[in-house]
Amino acid sequence: MTGAGLKIWTLHLALIAVLFSAQYWLSPYHATNLARIMVLAVFAMGYNLAFGYTGLLSLGHALLLAAGMYAAGLPAQLWGWSAGPAMIAGIAGGGLIAAVLGLLALRTAGVSFMIVTLMFAQAGYLTLLYFAPVTGGDDGFAVAATSRTLLGFDLSTDAPRFLAALTIFAVGLGVSLALVRSPFGRTMVAIRENEERSRMLGYNPFTVKLAALTISGLYAGAAGAAYAILFGYVGASFATIQYSILPMLYVLMGGAGTTLGPFLGALVMFVLIEAATGITTAHQFIVGAALVALILFAPKGILGTVRERWLRWLP
Amino acid sequence: MTAAVLALAASGLSLVFGVMRVVNVAHGAFYMLGAVLAWAVASFVPGPPALAFIAALILAPLLVGALAAATDGLVLKRLNYDPEATIVATIGLLYMIEQAILSLYGPNANPVQAPFEWRIQLPWFGYSGYKLFVILAACAVLLALWTFLTRTKAGLVMRATQVDSTTARAFGINTDRVYMGTFALGAGLAALAGVLIVPIQQAHYLMGGDPLLLSFIVVIIGGLGSLRGTLIAALVIGLSDGVISMFFTPTLAKILATLLVAMVLVFRPQGLFGARA
Repeated sequence: MTGAGLKIWTLHLALIAVLFSAQYWLSPYHATNLARIMVLAVFAMGYNLAFGYTGLLSLGHALLLAAGMYAAGLPAQLWGWSAGPAMIAGIAGGGLIAAVLGLLALRTAGVSFMIVTLMFAQAGYLTLLYFAPVTGGDDGFAVAATSRTLLGFDLSTDAPRFLAALTIFAVGLGVSLALVRSPFGRTMVAIRENEERSRMLGYNPFTVKLAALTISGLYAGAAGAAYAILFGYVGASFATIQYSILPMLYVLMGGAGTTLGPFLGALVMFVLIEAATGITTAHQFIVGAALVALILFAPKGILGTVRERWLRWLP
Repeated sequence: MTAAVLALAASGLSLVFGVMRVVNVAHGAFYMLGAVLAWAVASFVPGPPALAFIAALILAPLLVGALAAATDGLVLKRLNYDPEATIVATIGLLYMIEQAILSLYGPNANPVQAPFEWRIQLPWFGYSGYKLFVILAACAVLLALWTFLTRTKAGLVMRATQVDSTTARAFGINTDRVYMGTFALGAGLAALAGVLIVPIQQAHYLMGGDPLLLSFIVVIIGGLGSLRGTLIAALVIGLSDGVISMFFTPTLAKILATLLVAMVLVFRPQGLFGARA
């Protein structure tokens, strides 16, 4: 491993070690919040692979999150699946829906791609409402306690839940880092930077973009399934446009096209909203203002700016 | 009735996209602002409802247009009208407007009295005179818009900017001002639609969602940026809305409509009536 590679992996492992230790020095309330942030960060990492690295600005990722959530939650609810199979079903569900979405939506690009993904996600949300007797609609349903155990651990209690969230986050981060440092990751960036030129070099942009979107869907599915199992709730509200905007906000805040950006963005936004709760209840206003401010003044996000100014080696 | 208001809101969206290549996600929020402002004017202006309504008809589009012009100058212009960045920015704007109205105006829906109440009594059914007025007013505004775009100097300048903004600038056209004016005009049209609808529907901070979706559908089916296509599509969709909802439940109708739009964009990006992409 080269020097830079060593530095990069050390940094990422250090973050995971710090997060692991956090359960000992954070209060249970904050540890639960951190678990939630890590699950959302997995979602954002998936979004980052599509948007940050491949340049696919999707407005429909809520569909993929909800796909994972329901693919895990429904079998658990209807047939009493346990956490392991439900989790796998969730990941597969997210990937499958992403592949189907990609086959259709990737025929378009740019603004059309944004609108098409938005429309499909909206149709997915409405479908969940339409089948409210099964899906619970906006109210959703609680996942039964029997489906929230893995290898004898009760994932609804604090310590196992935190560890499970951390495991999923660590695997997601590792895969994402390995992926973007692989030749395939470089192809994704090449297509983001100049699709025509990559085509001339013999790459098929459609296949690469489809693969990137599908991987992104696997992440979203994993996050959705993890949310259902760890926090015990499944609902159509996770399919609304808000949950398509959130990962975009996290990624823009932390830095698009950086491996650690999604987690940092999720953390910063969570803390920001938490801090503002004391002053005002206007969460949405903060989200909106953050979006406008970021796109205006810091389109590269926190880590993007740090990388540009100081740490060139940051992946 | 739905078709008329829809055409008004959608023409604003279409105009903005056509000239500026900006997809304004906050368009529904401008529509909602128009309705809420109409309520505010109606509550604070004394005198007969008709007078207050006329005041709202003039004030609301002007105020919303001013807000839009400010947005254009402060945000969109600095993004160089990059299509993807402006979508993100208008999403942020939508969130801010909705939250501001929720905080200032509250979560309740409030009615506004119609400026006049009489019914046209036909032998087989009665028809509200105000609804007829809305249809006529919307047609008049659209006709004026059409004339403005095709017959006046300002309209010509606008169309020139749409076709080729670089060349337009070379001919001494201040394209920045054209963009600002277009964005304000588009927002004003949405606000006008909001004012017109508010005596029929109540003013509510989330009322912008459905019109935004419908405007999108209309603009996409009609061909992005083609005003004629937009008008035809608004008519077709406004009329078919009633027919479809007779056969399907509202949710199913919306599912079908969104899927249809997505499919149109995927397989026929130039729209059903548009000539070019």
